[in-house]
Amino acid sequence: MATHERRVARETPRKTAVRPTAASKPAGAIEERDAVVIRFAGDAGDGMQLVGTQFTMASAAHGNLVCTLPDPPAEIRAPVGALAGVSGFQVHFSSHAIHTPGDRLDALLAMNPAALKANLPDLEPGALLIVNTDTFLPDELHAAGYASNPLQDGLLDSYRLLAAPMDQLNREAVAKVKLIARETGRCKSFFALGLALWLFDRPLDATLRWIRDTYAKNPVMIEATTRSLNAGYQRSAALRTPAVQVRVAKAESEPGRYRQVSGAEALTLGLLAAAHRTGLPLVFAGFPLAPASEILHQLFEMKQPNVKVIQAEDDLAALNLALGASFGGALGVTATTGPGFSLQSEALGLAVMSELPCVVIDVQRAGPSTGIPSKAEQADLLLALHGRHGECPLIVLAMATPSDGFAIALEAARLAIRCMTPVIVLADAYVTGGAETWRVPTLDELPAIDVRHAKPSAGKTFQPYGRDEHLARPWAIPGTPGLEHRTGGMEKEAGTGNVSYNPLNHEEMVQTRARKIDLAVDTIPPLEVNGPPQGDLLVLGWGSTYGAIAAAVERCQRKGMSVAAAHLRHLSPLPKNTGDVLKRYRKVLVPELNAGQLSKVLRDAFLVDVVSLSKVQGRPFLVREIEQKIEELLRNA
Amino acid sequence: MATATLPLLTPNDFSSDREVRWCPGCGDFSILSQLKKVLAVLNVPREKMVFVSGLGCAGRLPYYLSTYGFHGSYGRAPALATGLKLANPDLQVWVVTGDGDALSAGATHLIHALRRNVDLKILLFNNEVFGLSKGQASPTARPGTRTKTSPEGSFETPLRPISLALAAEATFVARTIDVDVNHMSEVLEKAAAHRGAAFVEIYQNCKIFNDGVFEYATDASIKTDTVIYLEHGRPLLFGRDRNQGLRLNGFEPEAVTLGHGITMDDILIHDERASEPTLAFLLSRLIGPHFPECLGVFRSVQRPTHQQLLDESFLQGDPPRLFEKLLAGDESWLVA
Repeated sequence: MATHERRVARETPRKTAVRPTAASKPAGAIEERDAVVIRFAGDAGDGMQLVGTQFTMASAAHGNLVCTLPDPPAEIRAPVGALAGVSGFQVHFSSHAIHTPGDRLDALLAMNPAALKANLPDLEPGALLIVNTDTFLPDELHAAGYASNPLQDGLLDSYRLLAAPMDQLNREAVAKVKLIARETGRCKSFFALGLALWLFDRPLDATLRWIRDTYAKNPVMIEATTRSLNAGYQRSAALRTPAVQVRVAKAESEPGRYRQVSGAEALTLGLLAAAHRTGLPLVFAGFPLAPASEILHQLFEMKQPNVKVIQAEDDLAALNLALGASFGGALGVTATTGPGFSLQSEALGLAVMSELPCVVIDVQRAGPSTGIPSKAEQADLLLALHGRHGECPLIVLAMATPSDGFAIALEAARLAIRCMTPVIVLADAYVTGGAETWRVPTLDELPAIDVRHAKPSAGKTFQPYGRDEHLARPWAIPGTPGLEHRTGGMEKEAGTGNVSYNPLNHEEMVQTRARKIDLAVDTIPPLEVNGPPQGDLLVLGWGSTYGAIAAAVERCQRKGMSVAAAHLRHLSPLPKNTGDVLKRYRKVLVPELNAGQLSKVLRDAFLVDVVSLSKVQGRPFLVREIEQKIEELLRNA
Repeated sequence: MATATLPLLTPNDFSSDREVRWCPGCGDFSILSQLKKVLAVLNVPREKMVFVSGLGCAGRLPYYLSTYGFHGSYGRAPALATGLKLANPDLQVWVVTGDGDALSAGATHLIHALRRNVDLKILLFNNEVFGLSKGQASPTARPGTRTKTSPEGSFETPLRPISLALAAEATFVARTIDVDVNHMSEVLEKAAAHRGAAFVEIYQNCKIFNDGVFEYATDASIKTDTVIYLEHGRPLLFGRDRNQGLRLNGFEPEAVTLGHGITMDDILIHDERASEPTLAFLLSRLIGPHFPECLGVFRSVQRPTHQQLLDESFLQGDPPRLFEKLLAGDESWLVA
């Protein structure tokens, strides 16, 4: 990596080194920071996801705001020590609001040479590097592609290296507990965690509680992991090299109950909240496809009395299951990704034609076809908007941040029920797998969702395709006497719902279905702008790019540039004022993790020549990538 | 306590106001008519019945009934119906499908509905041809069938719906035929009474594209020799004089004539409740001209339904947490 890239401004201004700064200061010194980005990296079997999650939990409980990004390898177990098997977990924790898991690393914990090799390019010069020296042996070095040992050849001279023989220290810690080799290996991740918790001055309580719960039936492992954790925590204090503790103060937050929540958890809780609020049964059907399966897992985990979850035989079945449930009066939901979303096009058409409320969550992944299953992309936008045969409009939303999953799921349920339509929620692994601090809403803060099941009225023939003021047809539930009707995929006669091949009726129904979606705009919030209400440049995003855009625009604003940011959570229909907002700026920049799909939509809808910033690498935008583009556009303005 | 009585229903109460649009002479008319008769005596309120269908001629049936109905996409009816039962287990849900619908596009959904033992009544109208798509070979087309897509005669091995249903662990498997109205009523009533997935194959004549394909089973002059009517606990006999029967020679079935040392003791006894579907599978493989074909109930066993298993599973493990607790998660903290 080019060296100049390393000197880019950090995302957040930092008070540098209040108390002892240099590496030479004795242990026990504490350095204050506003925010820290740390990545835990190791072999797939090293427990890095566990270490990262526990570290996040401890940071959040300590009062920091956190934003995380797990980066597990696609293979369950790649060959030991191979680059393909490196598993990462990045945590950004802060004393003030943060928007992303961070571009560059202030600290890296590398459990083996492959983890070092894969992640060193992201580490800031002078940053803290914690290395397990016991794995820097000839075979491992060779597997990682190192010709010489980086611990000895000067490669790491520009970092604050904390070299610890973790295997050995961990073995000593658990020597008095009877363990098999595999269990000793498992304890090593707790040793590493203890070390990290001490270095960043986090309390151990949350982890100790977790250990007690997780190993409740295995007292030997409670004993062993606790010993390892404590050994890491205490041993680090005694380490010779630059064991300077870094402290990030608590964030000031509004009063309330807080937790950390992943995007998958937030979506799940939002769906359950919709069921809770409406009293409707929730039927969730899903086929295991990473990364969408995490939502399926969460629904099984969070079992509730009025919720039924089923593992479908494929994604097409999943949406048909959901749709059948919606016909039966439940809120039918599925979550899918990649090829599964393509399969569901057929059933989405049926959902549009039968005008039943259901929710499809698409956790977009790098495609086409199997693509790169573990990586995020935003390339399903046009598929979500248009990817069905026939004129087939529906509502499309996109979640902006992990915790936004809660609100977006509720919004999807609200719109589906109000408009009697399928609603697609676009997400990606970056937001569903990421996690952040979230203020837990109280039950009375949940938005109202109005459910109106049709009731028979005496003397009147039931009109299954009659319309209310939103152009929604009645939701008539099987089991209700007097409302017996037939629905399905064939064109319906307006009002009666009888099958109709009448050409003018077909055109009327096509227009009515489109108008129904357009009318939903009256109930969605206008597009809000952060920054000057008009001027040189607007950066408009959608979905998971929210964090990177917000951080980049805020940085540029602090540098005095005239730039505003806006973010679309509703993509069909677009907020009413979208066109007006776009036309108030001389330039509009649209960063997207695709080849420019929203740009096409905006040009088509508003004849605005937006500038597309496209990235299709299976990775999220770095803040500085957007920042550089803003600077470039304003320079040439 | 007074017992709620349901108003008596007649077959006509199940007619919708839609004009029935099948070709004149289609076997579907007969099926629709018997179905209405059966529905009228089931003692289930009309509003609690739902007919879910896929595409093809059979798929139009829900429009001709006055119950709730959902006409889905090609082959997906079993999935739609499963979702519907999840939403409301109190409904009596029927799936109407054809050989193209259930076995081409929808084979996946069919076998999974059967193995889950969802409480559905699945009626497969088998005419061995794509009808509404105007005459192409279906997955059940017997070898030699000439269609637009098999001009020289079909050469792919056909699927046998009963064998497939048995392999998919169906708990109720039966076959009947469109023109034998009494037999059809009997089989449909048994299917309706079954708790779990009931699968009924109905031989159905397509007047236009595959006329007479089941004539051997309907022609009164020969059908006694070509059909065995399955009766639980009774010997598997056939023939005008009921002097022919099936016996087992090793693993192979044999059609034999009584006499010359062959007695009733040699003849297989039908057992639809056998715990293993071995005999049912053997019977499902019998086809002419060397064997008579079986009509009736191949298998009828009890296994917990999908809904019962879901309910049981829900009671296992930890009880559900209060929603407020769920929202707060395992680790939360208060900021004052």
